[in-house]
Amino acid sequence: MDNIIKTIFGRLSIESLPIHEPIVVGTFLGVAVGGIAVLALITKFKLWGYLWKEWFTTVDHKRIGIMYMILGIVMLLRGFADALMMRGQQAIAFGDNQGFLNSHHYDQVFTAHGVIMIFFVAMPIITGLMNYVVPLQIGARDVSFPYLNNLSFWMTAGGVVLVMASLFIGEFARTGWLAFPPLSELDFSPDVGVDYYIWALQVAGVGTTLSGINLIATIIKMRAPGMTMMKLPVFCWTSLCANVLIVASFPVLTATLVLLSLDRYVGTNFFTNNLGGNPMMYVNLIWIWGHPEVYILILPLFGVFSEVTSTFSGKRLFGYTSMVYATIVITILSYLVWLHHFFTMGSGASVNSFFGITTMVISIPTGAKIFNWLFTMYKGRIRFELPMMWTIAFMLTFTIGGMTGVLLAVPPADFVLHNSLFLIAHFHNVIIGGVLFGAFAAINYWWPKAFGFKLNQFWGKVSFWLWVVGFWVAFTPLYVMGLMGVTRRLHHFDDPSLQIWFVIAAFGALMIAGGIGAFLVQIGVSIWKKEELRDVTGDPWNGRTLEWATSSPPPDYNFAFTPVIHELDAWYDMKDKKAQAPTEGYRAIHMPKNTGTGVIIAGLSTAFGFGMIWYMWWLAAIALIGVVVVAIWHTFNYDRDFYIPVEEVVATESERRRLLGQGA
Amino acid sequence: MLGGCDAVVLNPAGDVAVQQRDLVLIATALMLLIIIPVMALTVLFAWRYRKSNTNAEYDPEFDHSTMLELVIWSAPLLIIICLGAVTWTSTHLLDPYRPIERTAPGQPVAAGVKPLEVQVVALDWKWLFIYPEQGIATVNELALPVDRPVEFRLTGTSVMNAFYIPAMAGMIYTMPGMETKLHAVLNREGTFKGLSSHYSGAGFSGMHFPVFALQQNGFDQWVEKVRTSQAGQGKGRGQLTRAAFLTVEKPSEYVPAMYYNGVQGGLFDRVVNRCVAENTPCMSDVMMHDRRTGGGDPHKMKVGEGNPPVNNTGPMHGERTKGALEKSPEEFQTSPHQSKEPLPSNGAQEPGDIKNRRMSFLSIPQTPGPQTLGHAGAGRG
Repeated sequence: MDNIIKTIFGRLSIESLPIHEPIVVGTFLGVAVGGIAVLALITKFKLWGYLWKEWFTTVDHKRIGIMYMILGIVMLLRGFADALMMRGQQAIAFGDNQGFLNSHHYDQVFTAHGVIMIFFVAMPIITGLMNYVVPLQIGARDVSFPYLNNLSFWMTAGGVVLVMASLFIGEFARTGWLAFPPLSELDFSPDVGVDYYIWALQVAGVGTTLSGINLIATIIKMRAPGMTMMKLPVFCWTSLCANVLIVASFPVLTATLVLLSLDRYVGTNFFTNNLGGNPMMYVNLIWIWGHPEVYILILPLFGVFSEVTSTFSGKRLFGYTSMVYATIVITILSYLVWLHHFFTMGSGASVNSFFGITTMVISIPTGAKIFNWLFTMYKGRIRFELPMMWTIAFMLTFTIGGMTGVLLAVPPADFVLHNSLFLIAHFHNVIIGGVLFGAFAAINYWWPKAFGFKLNQFWGKVSFWLWVVGFWVAFTPLYVMGLMGVTRRLHHFDDPSLQIWFVIAAFGALMIAGGIGAFLVQIGVSIWKKEELRDVTGDPWNGRTLEWATSSPPPDYNFAFTPVIHELDAWYDMKDKKAQAPTEGYRAIHMPKNTGTGVIIAGLSTAFGFGMIWYMWWLAAIALIGVVVVAIWHTFNYDRDFYIPVEEVVATESERRRLLGQGA
Repeated sequence: MLGGCDAVVLNPAGDVAVQQRDLVLIATALMLLIIIPVMALTVLFAWRYRKSNTNAEYDPEFDHSTMLELVIWSAPLLIIICLGAVTWTSTHLLDPYRPIERTAPGQPVAAGVKPLEVQVVALDWKWLFIYPEQGIATVNELALPVDRPVEFRLTGTSVMNAFYIPAMAGMIYTMPGMETKLHAVLNREGTFKGLSSHYSGAGFSGMHFPVFALQQNGFDQWVEKVRTSQAGQGKGRGQLTRAAFLTVEKPSEYVPAMYYNGVQGGLFDRVVNRCVAENTPCMSDVMMHDRRTGGGDPHKMKVGEGNPPVNNTGPMHGERTKGALEKSPEEFQTSPHQSKEPLPSNGAQEPGDIKNRRMSFLSIPQTPGPQTLGHAGAGRG
């Protein structure tokens, strides 16, 4: 009997549910009540059909982009809840006080925080931005492979489902966000935590890789006529480089995790202590992916800052060519620096110096970029709208993060600062100051394009100031404590003199919480008052690139006529030359058809991951066979496209002209 | 600004850490040469070219200047050249493997001075220090004479850790089956903090120890105190034999100091070679055996030749862990949610105590567990 139960349920038992853990039970109740409320509302307003037909199965890059953004923002709340728990624990756990988390729970929290923030917040947000903006900027009607795009999104969502499941069924890894062996091996982490980690990343990683391939193909092959590579908007350039990095580095992550899973599932010894295994190999491999990964995150945002600075300074971007080359140089160099993450693992002095110096060299093109933004502002007419405010905050914050980064690249300096809170402060300084500030700049910048109305400025400013000030209040104490020799990932401290710093840091985290709250309020208020914030021109910022040439939100087909490009800043050039859009000669437009295959394959992949995690081999086998069958079955689906009739195009375009006429 | 708190990294007590501190300051100063102008210009331009300031020049077509481009590429380049030169030399001079040549500025180490050797083993979750010269060992307590060079040889038994005494020198990883080295010196008397600075599982937060920097006679007295300690009295634990090591290496948290008045010979080398348990072949022996099959010619050696014959013998270094797919359902352990642990939260201080089950290991690891092997491959058995 016991055997049958274990064959069916594997390692899963009633014991696996955290019913004795008040924090998790409380969270579960909150999520359950909220979830049921949302589901009930959707059912009440009969939205299921709409959601399925218009959103879940969509192959429209704009809708997929928006879904990515929503996913990223929802997960930001989860990842930030983890951050608050860590700050809270460290602010009180001194001396006899053990805090409210034991090490078992705390170690999961910091692992989940890192994994979620990188893979399920930052990655969906940049992928969402690239998805939404790139095809519009190059004058395309969609990405190269629209169905693949939908599949990529749902695979990412599948990874999210697995990570979130670990909160309520079993537990997450207690290894740190990169799961270094030997700690992540079966000998030291025999429970489901590391398996959740592996399969969540593997399922989501498929999505990321496919989306990288898709966007590279799109940028290379789908540019509007006349748009040579050196007339490509900078955001597209940085996206191209980021996607090249994705395609080149994510397979390394996949392979590394496969080796780790082989150790765990079939008893090989790649990274074990015994029988010839070598944990140092894992550390090298994972950072060969991991370092390019940070450039995958930051490069698209560098593009955002370029677009924003140029638009709101009312000027051409200074040094376009050197921006492009700087981006390419960063792309290449990002592969030559991975060892700087473990100078202290005992490599020789020559190896350490080589990787230290290559790391510093990256700061040259990055510095050039900062100067280029600076001289874009020079002799400009700067409008301090929200995107520009985020950009200035980025320039001031990121330079400090860059400086501490170069400091950590000096190996003997790294020997005293590695793994300390100084390091934590450094990478939050560049990731929050770069990626997150960039994401907020981008959301404020492109929101009117996506929804046809601007975001509320007041709440945007509240969010901005809480974030920027909160960031410095939260992380300056960490820099200071790093210099006091305080190391990361501690859940309890003996030295009471440190407490004040952690209390300040916790206060900073609360300010950031306020910033996130204000951001949500900003969106709510803007939707509520959208008629006041309405923009009918499609070009609310006096933009320079093609996405502003079409209506807001753009029609399904983006552009009724494929634009012809003569200049960099194509839309600015058109406005400058007073180009008129043709008013007749429309044709029916060939479009891809929606498909539910992506949802089905991703669902089956998630079930496969769940089966593997809990040793329910039957489930894993059925789901894996299902994935293959559905993928093959989909190849026989010839009903993939349709035409938007010419009448509809004419109607849409004349309505746009009518609105434009009203506005003028 | 940092005077009020004890920023030990900026005010260390050992010559190596002082040089590392100086490097932090030099590198920061070099970078501020460019960071400060950039930040000042950002604020200045943002203010000067604001939209409402119509007096400022507006040139929407200004997008290129060869002169400026030269400056913005070459200024960072120059700084990086300087910093790169500093990095190259300092990385070599402060290489942890390199024996130190001075104990303080102007005080070279005299020829013939032998550094004090301390062998460090990172255990779950405590530190074992073996003093081969003195023939003693301690757990979670390190004493060092001031102004005498120290050579640490480091390894670990289960997972990775990093050995870090912020007041003395930078950190270095300790890894099972591998040996790293660290050369350093302490110049000031006092009590400093040592810790693990690489996350290693549940007991990580408690994995720190005091470092006593003593004058030579104080150090001698301390050594004498450890040497005369008796098992079961105070911190005394008797002899650190191979069997005693296998006991102490079992997981425990927040471990108070322990003294061992004697150490079995070659113990550290056995830990590195993963053959502390009886009848486990040492990695070095296996490798030497492999090498001999080629007559000493590394190109002819047969890897794996030193392994025990396939049949009738136990595995070489500990039992191979079965992968999940190799297990039959009855071997599955259910995976309970651990945080409902009814036992007190702080784990246990005694190695092998059942309370330790609440920590990282669901089962006490078997590496290098007691084995019975049919073969006598380990020459040193």
